[in-house]
Amino acid sequence: MSQHTPITKTWKLFIGGAYPRSESGRVMPVRDSRHDSGAALAYAAQASRKDLRDAVEAARAAQDRWASSSGYLRGQILYRLAEIMDGRRGDLIDAVRVTGGVTKSAARSEVEMAIDRTVSFAGWSDKLECVIGGRNPVAGPFHCFSQIEGVGVVAVVAPESPSLLGFLSLSLPALASGSAVVGLASGSNPVPALIVAECAPSSDIPPGVLNILTGSAEELVGPIAAHRDIDAVVADIKGASAKTLQLGVAENLKRVRIIGADADYLATDPWTGPRAFAAVTEVKTVWHTVGV
Amino acid sequence: MTDPSTVWEYAPAPESTKVEIKPEYGLFIGGEFRAAHSRKWFETINPATEEPLARVAEADAEDINLAVSSARKALKTWRKTPPLERAKYLYRIARRIQERARELAVLETLDNGKPIRETRDEDVPLAAAHFFHHAGWCDKLKWAHPAPDGGEPQGIGVCGQVIPWNFPLLMAAWKIAPALACGNTVVLKPAETTPLTALRLAEIIQEIDLPAGVVNIVTGAGETGRRIVEHPGIDKIAFTGSTEVGRMIATAAAGTRKRLTLELGGKSPNIIFADAAIDQAVEGIVGAIWCNQGQVCCAGSRLLVEESVMDEVIAKLRLRMRSLRIGNPLDKNTDVGAINSATQLARIRRFIKIGSDEGACHNDEPGQALPPKGYWCRPCFFTGVQPAHTIAREEIFGPVLAVMSFRTPDEAVARANNTAYGLSAGVWTSRGSKAFEIARQIKAGVIWCNTFNQFDPSAPFGGYRESGFGREGGRSGLAAYLA
Repeated sequence: MSQHTPITKTWKLFIGGAYPRSESGRVMPVRDSRHDSGAALAYAAQASRKDLRDAVEAARAAQDRWASSSGYLRGQILYRLAEIMDGRRGDLIDAVRVTGGVTKSAARSEVEMAIDRTVSFAGWSDKLECVIGGRNPVAGPFHCFSQIEGVGVVAVVAPESPSLLGFLSLSLPALASGSAVVGLASGSNPVPALIVAECAPSSDIPPGVLNILTGSAEELVGPIAAHRDIDAVVADIKGASAKTLQLGVAENLKRVRIIGADADYLATDPWTGPRAFAAVTEVKTVWHTVGV
Repeated sequence: MTDPSTVWEYAPAPESTKVEIKPEYGLFIGGEFRAAHSRKWFETINPATEEPLARVAEADAEDINLAVSSARKALKTWRKTPPLERAKYLYRIARRIQERARELAVLETLDNGKPIRETRDEDVPLAAAHFFHHAGWCDKLKWAHPAPDGGEPQGIGVCGQVIPWNFPLLMAAWKIAPALACGNTVVLKPAETTPLTALRLAEIIQEIDLPAGVVNIVTGAGETGRRIVEHPGIDKIAFTGSTEVGRMIATAAAGTRKRLTLELGGKSPNIIFADAAIDQAVEGIVGAIWCNQGQVCCAGSRLLVEESVMDEVIAKLRLRMRSLRIGNPLDKNTDVGAINSATQLARIRRFIKIGSDEGACHNDEPGQALPPKGYWCRPCFFTGVQPAHTIAREEIFGPVLAVMSFRTPDEAVARANNTAYGLSAGVWTSRGSKAFEIARQIKAGVIWCNTFNQFDPSAPFGGYRESGFGREGGRSGLAAYLA
């Protein structure tokens, strides 16, 4: 029997379909949350302001084409993501548990729920407009309708926990409705989101449509708020950081949705109903004359 | 074509309805008109004559406290009023606006300066329609926006609403109707230069016995608006106005739990393809930029013309511009009325000067006589405009059109989207497939194909990007007033 020493993996960022290290060269340890001083279980890149800018650039470059593709195609791609995540269910359960504090059964139900949520949003991509768009019965000789479009580039700041379900609950509405996402994974356990990053290319999510950063939310909320090419922010964050993000509205009128402290990611309806799309979609009303 | 300067003059056709205007108006708080705590007043004038119309109370911090607490008190019973009963009050308001339509139109024209043709045919009927439409929503909210718990959708609470001077009554209707339909109460501030129709609406609200405090209307300038926005008793802020003030409001609301919707400025493109019906398109250009003297947030202020028809479009536009009748807004034949205020006129003139200074070519009709008093600006357009010119980038809010050309549909879209704003756009082409594809590619909240400046309470209106967020009208508009 040969001896197998575990490999302490260093996880990298996911930007524009590639897996770069942080340009800053920084890495941060992922530790067991129950032992602050314990040995690192893994390392993750610690993204800098420049990494954020690169990710936004990649997202912007990819967004138009993603929005122009049919809802049917986006739906198939997101369903494929669910298929591939399901194939890596064991990895995801281990990853959710890696930092401790989560029982095996809680981890299993979080992962199953995250996969189900992905399946649910795969279905939304060609149905949102059936539910919240449609023809407006105006009093005049016009064909008038409202279509729903992705807002553009969306920054997501995921909650510390649930690390996987939180990240996906905030990212999926944007992806399904045609926006490109720059997501900041849970700071204490970024590993599940990074497994999603590994699933993304195999699901045919086009490069740049989903970008995943790891690092410190406290460090990155300022640059996210100030970035003028981010169209919307969805963030599970409290206190001063929440205010920093809201002040970003004054930069370029970006849409900001702060998730309340009482958010329960394990409930289904609040996360999978049409309200999930509020901050990440635009209503476009088109009028056309009618007559012979 | 006939040169309009050689044809006979129109006989004057002044609107004859007389409107009673009181010498002074107090604040409308808790169902009563009252003098301001500040004991301060300001004058509102007729911008077409510079004559004072009335003096109006200026609300201070105490007055805003009182208005907010009156709205808070009214909220308790209003939000529990059965939805169909709420609806009946809104229907009553709609009816009274229709019945008093001519009076409201004349009053609006006197206070704002816009032609009676517009207030009579657009502002007032649309305001009535907005109340009528939203009245019907009251008992259907749970189908339109199901609450996650399956219960009756709830309003947000007390709404602070600050509206501009370009469509004073209509903007009051756009703000009040959905707020009330969703079970909110409001504190609304009309603009300081155009308070009279909102105060007349307050009289209507009194007349129809809306429970006291459900709607409070307070007058004042920017400082009064700031006090409303920053008041801790406000749950939701709805603002229509400039992007500059919108940013200040967003900053003030950061870190609070206040909900916010902003309907801000624009620099909207109006795209004319060579295959468009050019005569109709020229009429569309006129309506897009010179309606309401161009003081419209969604005005088509950037004209993009396909190069092959540029000369034809400019020739026809010039002829049409010369035939516009500018003058007494109460005359039913008037096309172009007065600019709303001396401040706004100065701003418009500054931009016209910048346009010429930066090298673009100013075109107006010097033969158009302007009345001796009042604030007047001839409709005009600039040719030779570059995308980097100030008049092609900044919102002027006046009858000033910047004309540019394009060669391909891709270039038209690129130029159209070359702005931080995204409120509206016009697309003129006789090919439906092209119209809808261009509409898809333009980043703006409202796209008019072969028409411009159409509004309807069932059609959501609002901006992309720096034109603000949230929608007004239709099912989407209700979301801005639901918890």
